Amino acid sequence: MAQEHNMRRVTAIRNGTVIDHIPSGQAMRVLEMLAIDKSTSVPVSMVMNVPSKKMGTKDIIKVEDRELTQDELNRLALVAPDARVAIIRAYSVAEKLTIELGDEVTNVVSCTFSNCITTNHREPLAHRLKVMAREPLELRCHYCGRPQDLEELIHNVL
Amino acid sequence: MPGLITMDDLSNEEIMSILDDAERLLPVAEGRTYLPLLQGKILGNLFFEPSTRTRMSFETAMKRLGGDVVNLGDVKTSSVVKGETLYDTIQMVDGYTDIIAMRHPRQGAAQYAQDAARVPILNGGDGAGHHPTQTMLDLFTIRQAHGTLEGLKVILAGDLRYGRTVHSLSHALTRFGCELIFASPELLKMPTEIVNDLTKHGANVTETEELLGSIADADVVYMTRIQKERFADEDEYTKVAGAYKLHASNLEGAKENMIIMHPLPRVDEIHPSVDGTRHARYFQQAFNGVVARMALLCRLLGIKVPEVIADGGEA
Repeated sequence: MAQEHNMRRVTAIRNGTVIDHIPSGQAMRVLEMLAIDKSTSVPVSMVMNVPSKKMGTKDIIKVEDRELTQDELNRLALVAPDARVAIIRAYSVAEKLTIELGDEVTNVVSCTFSNCITTNHREPLAHRLKVMAREPLELRCHYCGRPQDLEELIHNVL
Repeated sequence: MPGLITMDDLSNEEIMSILDDAERLLPVAEGRTYLPLLQGKILGNLFFEPSTRTRMSFETAMKRLGGDVVNLGDVKTSSVVKGETLYDTIQMVDGYTDIIAMRHPRQGAAQYAQDAARVPILNGGDGAGHHPTQTMLDLFTIRQAHGTLEGLKVILAGDLRYGRTVHSLSHALTRFGCELIFASPELLKMPTEIVNDLTKHGANVTETEELLGSIADADVVYMTRIQKERFADEDEYTKVAGAYKLHASNLEGAKENMIIMHPLPRVDEIHPSVDGTRHARYFQQAFNGVVARMALLCRLLGIKVPEVIADGGEA
């Protein structure tokens, strides 16, 4: 029941992407991570803090007329690693995608350490964070080796 | 092996084998035997920060082995001041040399340089990060004195917060099962993330503000310099730093074979009265920088150090 009710809060979309099971309160971050807040002109609907059997409460985002790529979705590993993603075509789920956290998070966020070589914006480098552990998530900068504070890290979206 | 950025690039076996090479190279480092193993090879010395011992000992190591050195020179008059990126500098020097020794104020610069370069990079210090060639010469000095690296009791004293030397060394000593005592003022304690990392790797760590009380059963006392500018005012500095100074009279109850080390330069944390005691090992340690770096240069350039090196006698 809760499921159906959540879906009625925003209308079904004809084509696009639905991102479900986003931890409560993280939807804005997800938009930021996907750069949807600044680069998109397509309709985007968002519900926050709706009931969820699995999570207690959760956020949901629907992006119309745009199919997010696996690379784009992998950017979400830092804020919504368990989110479920569906690609919608003609009102039906055409594909289900999962977020994959590889061994490294590249060019998604930059290292939080102020004296890291990566803070020199003129250097033509890739921002690389190595995944040291998944549960809980532990990341270290490939260059300076500093462990990253996840709360701080999501303010460094590239 | 591409380069040496952190001590994690070396296994314990590789460390011991490089220290063995270094030991055989001693007559070459002392100038008693000429062994041009690195003839025709060029080292690029890229020091973006001041350095005396590290830069000079790299240069000496290369020249003792018949190799040559090109220097970046003073950063203030090099292309760096014109705004050249580290990436571009590395691309240039990579083309001129066979191996690069580098020090940079930014942490992670050595790894970045290694990613950009074709030749091996030897990290000579990156910010408060790593200084693995110093660690290798420290390990050489400890093994030279005690015949082993295993299970020793080592005190690291002074500025443990900002000193990259003690960060790299404590990781390495943990791998050899040493007991570590960190003696420092509260303000300059070993960073929590490093202590956590060490204990996660099975280290036996004690933190204290008391140096002198721990000396009696130590095998190694590793002193570092406490810098005035870390303190809010001079009175505070004088009060705190005084507790981390060694005088010959403090060593009376020490083990006979205990050694005192220091990465140098010292200011007044080791009184000159210590220099003449059997414990003083810091100048030997500075010399060992040459022999340890000779062994590293050979290893990274893929040059095998002969099993037997004739000692040519007095230099």
